[in-house]
Amino acid sequence: MNLRRRILRWFGRHPGATGYALLSPAIGWLVLFFLVPILVMLAYSAMRRGTYGGVEPTLTFEHYRRFFDPLYLAVLQRTLVWSAVTTVVCLLIGYPVAFVIARATRWRPLLLFLVVLPFWTSFLVRMFAMIFLLRDTGFINGVLLRLGLIDEPLTLLYTRGAVLLGLVYGFLPLMILPIYASLEKLDDSLLEAAEVLGARPVARFARVIWPLSLPGVVAGSLLVFIPALGSFVTSDLLGGAKQVMIGNLIQNQFTVSRNWPFGSAAAFVVMAIVLVAVLLYLRRRDARELLGCSARWLAGSSSSRPWCPCSSTRRW
Amino acid sequence: MTSARLDPVVEFQSVSKSFDGKRAVDDVSFSIQPGEFFSLLGPSGCGKTTTLRLLAGFEPADPGTGEIRINGRRVNEERPWERGVGMVFQNYALFPHLSVERNVAFGLEQRRVPRAEIPDRVHRALDLVRLDPREFGRRAPSQLSGGQRQRVALARALVLEPRLLLLDEPLGALDLKLRKEMQLELKSLNRALGITFVYVTHDQEEALTMSDRIAVMDRGRIAQLGTPADVYENPRTAFVASFIGESNFFSGRSEALGDRRWRITSAHGVFEVVAEPGVRVAAGAEVGIAVRPEWMDVYPLDQTPPEENAVPGTVQEIIYLGETLHVLVALDAGGTAKVAVRNEGQLIKPIPWTRGARAAVAWLPEDCQVLEPSE
Amino acid sequence: MSLFLHAPLVTLIVFSFNDSRFSASWTGFTLEWYRRMLERNDILEGLGRSLLVGAIATVVATTFGTLLALALARHRFRGRRVVESLLYLPLVTPEIIIGISLLSLFVFLGVPLGLGTITVAHVAFCVAFVTVVVGARLRGMGRQLEEAAMMLGADEWAAFWKVTVPQLMPGIVSGALLAFTLSFDDYVITSFVSGSGSSTLPLVVYGMVRRSIEPSINAISTVIVVATSGLLLLADRAGRSAGLRS
Repeated sequence: MNLRRRILRWFGRHPGATGYALLSPAIGWLVLFFLVPILVMLAYSAMRRGTYGGVEPTLTFEHYRRFFDPLYLAVLQRTLVWSAVTTVVCLLIGYPVAFVIARATRWRPLLLFLVVLPFWTSFLVRMFAMIFLLRDTGFINGVLLRLGLIDEPLTLLYTRGAVLLGLVYGFLPLMILPIYASLEKLDDSLLEAAEVLGARPVARFARVIWPLSLPGVVAGSLLVFIPALGSFVTSDLLGGAKQVMIGNLIQNQFTVSRNWPFGSAAAFVVMAIVLVAVLLYLRRRDARELLGCSARWLAGSSSSRPWCPCSSTRRW
Repeated sequence: MTSARLDPVVEFQSVSKSFDGKRAVDDVSFSIQPGEFFSLLGPSGCGKTTTLRLLAGFEPADPGTGEIRINGRRVNEERPWERGVGMVFQNYALFPHLSVERNVAFGLEQRRVPRAEIPDRVHRALDLVRLDPREFGRRAPSQLSGGQRQRVALARALVLEPRLLLLDEPLGALDLKLRKEMQLELKSLNRALGITFVYVTHDQEEALTMSDRIAVMDRGRIAQLGTPADVYENPRTAFVASFIGESNFFSGRSEALGDRRWRITSAHGVFEVVAEPGVRVAAGAEVGIAVRPEWMDVYPLDQTPPEENAVPGTVQEIIYLGETLHVLVALDAGGTAKVAVRNEGQLIKPIPWTRGARAAVAWLPEDCQVLEPSE
Repeated sequence: MSLFLHAPLVTLIVFSFNDSRFSASWTGFTLEWYRRMLERNDILEGLGRSLLVGAIATVVATTFGTLLALALARHRFRGRRVVESLLYLPLVTPEIIIGISLLSLFVFLGVPLGLGTITVAHVAFCVAFVTVVVGARLRGMGRQLEEAAMMLGADEWAAFWKVTVPQLMPGIVSGALLAFTLSFDDYVITSFVSGSGSSTLPLVVYGMVRRSIEPSINAISTVIVVATSGLLLLADRAGRSAGLRS
């Protein structure tokens, strides 16, 4: 008891120390198992490949040079295009959905629950659901055959379309939630004010709703673009061997080809692209807040509670 | 007011507190007598809440500045729970996860009061604030009205029988009628229990109603400390004169007439004024004076009493307030004076003024305040 | 909309009860695939490992994440921006990069891959999510309740357990559930840091999906979907009843 009092007194006199004591376990863990690994990976990417996997401690940039071979650049280009297309499609589908949910009153909790549910459902299960629908003996082909609309199964699986469909299906909730979070804050009286000032529906959207939801759009786009950029499960399961993304390339170097340095170099290129995107994004602090907000929504809040943390201007 | 020289309950000796290099509390000293109802009054940001938090122990005073004493004991190094002080918070701060009873019992449990005693003391505390323990004891704070929450917060602090109770704008969230009611109740609790109250408020009327003494704070310093009558009737600075009640201000060059009488030559004319004892006026300097609206009168230009100071102008507006009438007079030399006139019945004995009439505002030399220059 | 988001899952569930091996047509109701699922040792073992890793990772990540959220919300300290950046980076780093970099570290240090390395990895990517969720709850709280407790004689330790923690509970529960789900579902990172004989459920399912298509995968998927929905509803109920009280 006396010791406890003395410890508390000491912390009372050193308010900064309490903060460090509280943050050190988590930050220590993140430094050891997030930051250091990234640095090890960076180091690997500049070393010679070992004979049986692994590396030799010799400095080289051959892996980066090799990455700029047209063969690999094509993979990178394809990955960038697909991620961008996924993001745009998610935005086109997700924005109206988020808008409807944010404007709904009675059904809002249910609608939100329905959007959150697929996010919480295992990504693998959702990808399997896509396979189940798309494969030759799958549900869609089965129905079409039975209806007599086609004579033989269409090739739906293992196509570019299948991968894109899978990516959109997988990441759509990540687009809807931040946009919803930003639209939910939108005060009805702002729209009424715009209306009184003579703004027709299109102008109300363009001049009031869209600018105010922009942080959500930016956050959502990033939340979709980044995982799409690094994804390999979708292209592996729905694209087969033909539709290779950069993620497959990296994974392959670490499993089958056992060329870790080259895999690390490719991963580092992806990381660099992500960092550029994040740095652009961090300049919008309001968007950054929405990241936290969406994470909270993801964490099982299907009812609309009055204390959405976004309303605060403090970052943490 | 307690005039006997008892040992003070609270002493502040040149205490300062800075946030990010900015002084929120600047070299403040005062002492509070046992049983006193002591108010810290001022606009937001004046340092009154920081002063209270220094006393509670939530903020450490700037190292090496002054000393804070409670019951004669230096408490600068003590943490809040070691100071044995009660506190009522602005938004009640009732624990939402505990029932009313458990909220009130919290402090007793924390002080390791024997289990068997607790229910009885909780009941007595709730009775004291006039909440029926049987009806409200089991309720959650969310099931209470604002006034009831206020009473629970009070019971929670009083159950520990502190010698000193801190109240941080406790009535701020209540509506006007309930506020007035609680003001009287707080005052009578203060008298009945003999507990010293330190009360923070930005509401001058509230402070005047309840306090034995008021410390008016401005930009981290105590602008004036005194009884309600002192600060209202003898405001020392322009800040106090305008923050508490309303005042008309004039200024001009001073000229000593002796026996605390001064002649002030201003743009509005030449006035004769009487300074309060202790007010330092430098001869030949620019001096400000404040005149309360209710100490002024309005006269036709040719009928001003010769012993009064008079300023000519034109009646601009007459505002009917029921008990009084406010007459706004646009002064010839610029500015507007507000005069409060008792309403003696406009239907039977209407005032002889109409908008646009020529008139003079006038007051007796002793009915105004000579102000000290504010720093 | 619902057609796109939910129809695939609903179809999947319905056909887990289909008598036919081929999904094209409905031939009758059966629980055969569930029986087969329960007979497979790899699935049950994978499930056991996932639950174990998920439980440990959740406890550690929730504890550390909550403490970090407290530090960020309640304390002033130097290097705040660095700490925040370190917190945000895992949220926006592609999983594959976290996976291979951890693999590189473990191999570099000569740590044998297994359930231990999986748990360490899961804690690393869950901490940030917990911090964000708990931090959101903390921001709405303010310090007044703790100060009130201190004025009633509670020292900081007592105030933390008697006031802060009960108030924070909905946030902690949400954060823990999120951490558990992330850990339980993770395939990408786990696939890199697992060793032989330490396959978690997602790894087993992935292998099944790639190798063959048989309706017992539908059965597992159904169980996972139903379990997640149940958990989600439970979390919501807990959050709501806590919300009512506050």
